[in-house]
Amino acid sequence: MTLFGYKLPNMSSLILWGILWEIIGQMELTFFLPPLSDIFTTLFEIGGTPPFINALKETALAFSVGTLSAIVIGVPVGILMGKNQLIDELLLPWVNLFLSAPLTALVPVLMVLFGFGLKSIIITTALFAIWIIVLNSRAGVRQINQSLVEMSKSFGATQMNALTKIYFWAALPEILSGVRIGFIRAVKGVIIGQLLISIVGFGSLFELYASNFLMSHFWAVLIVLFALSFIIAEFLAYLERRVDYYASRR
Amino acid sequence: MTKSTDNAVTVRNVYKNYGKTEALRDLSLDFPRGQLTSLLGPSGCGKTTLLKIIAGLLPATSGEILVNGEAVKAPGPDRAFVFQDFALMPWASVMRNVAFGLELRGVVKSERESIAEKYIREVGLTGFENSYPHELSGGMRQRVGLARALSVDAQVLLMDEPFSAVDEQTRRKFQEDLLGLVKNENKTFIFVTHSIEEAVYVSDQIAILLPRPSRVMEIIRPSGFRDKEVDSIRRDPEYLDIVDRIWASLRSYVE
Repeated sequence: MTLFGYKLPNMSSLILWGILWEIIGQMELTFFLPPLSDIFTTLFEIGGTPPFINALKETALAFSVGTLSAIVIGVPVGILMGKNQLIDELLLPWVNLFLSAPLTALVPVLMVLFGFGLKSIIITTALFAIWIIVLNSRAGVRQINQSLVEMSKSFGATQMNALTKIYFWAALPEILSGVRIGFIRAVKGVIIGQLLISIVGFGSLFELYASNFLMSHFWAVLIVLFALSFIIAEFLAYLERRVDYYASRR
Repeated sequence: MTKSTDNAVTVRNVYKNYGKTEALRDLSLDFPRGQLTSLLGPSGCGKTTLLKIIAGLLPATSGEILVNGEAVKAPGPDRAFVFQDFALMPWASVMRNVAFGLELRGVVKSERESIAEKYIREVGLTGFENSYPHELSGGMRQRVGLARALSVDAQVLLMDEPFSAVDEQTRRKFQEDLLGLVKNENKTFIFVTHSIEEAVYVSDQIAILLPRPSRVMEIIRPSGFRDKEVDSIRRDPEYLDIVDRIWASLRSYVE
């Protein structure tokens, strides 16, 4: 954006909102919104403490195992759906159903099936991420240039060759954007899991701070979470742009 | 089954139906070894269908394809395909694209790259080994496609309107280069085109296909100008006569 002839850096509007927040916080209109400066002070206070580090570790573990399994399962399933009509017909209704279903309502069922521990949280996380990854991989494969498929066949590619050397790479831009959206959804999944299943990780901090009206603590954790998911999403968007050059040329 | 050693590829009584639509009906055609045969005809005459059946990319409804006297039903190392839209992998360098056929055959990296290197030189792309397809012009991309087909050293090269997506001047250069290839490579070329001039210019044998139902109407073998210089062919009376004759017979089939 350009303002009065000056080019503003990306997201400079955040500064404006930050100042507004600080002013409203200083006016002490509501306990819910402490001044932004207080929140950052609190953030540096609790940032290095063992409970915070532990929460970060627990959340990171559940998040990374959950999203990783969503990718490892989701990408191949999506590719197979895009490639094979029968598999597509069988699975597509379920994928669409779960994509739009209120997954939070399923969490109690997962607790019954998989217990109250880490396993259920990981499955919740994966469940939030996987459907969009499947759908995007499928879409990426479906718009593949048929010549590339014929090319690989004419040079004697096996089914496995075609999958790993052609289909995967041709669909890579869509797969990456699916993974990016999946990651954003997984952040939601891991926190919901940690709030509903067993109060651990960042979920436990939210629970603790909210019930004790420690608003600046609450906001501090939330900002850390925002920042982390923002960084991950931006990193994936960067990867996506790196392969964009061939997305239009398949 | 006896075979004629003169023909690298023989198409015998091939039928191809898409549901109720007849794409090819009882089509038979011989492709002499070491020569270039064009499949020429109006759109919808099944020339690309026939080429893909020979390639093994499409199954024939009935009939048989003999390559070196043996019936084929699937793609094999004896045939290589050059695609109209190049079919290059945009995520792979020129080197990897050219070596891809060898990569699929399990040739080790150092070996396949030295073979690819040779054909990259042959098609005039030295210095572009590490470029990506989107950095190349249309003509250069088709040179990559050609080098890939040459590097697997198949006896039969199947070319599906290979020059139709490049500009006129590049196309002329390609046609001249193709004549050189046919002369030096000792391979059998099957060349699909819709350009009469192109077919007459490059072919040892021209098969004119007609649509509805598809059949071979005529086989023309230009004889007088094949050994002339590439730049005097277009002024040769025989060249001009054949072009006129083909147009006269195709005219009524063009909507």
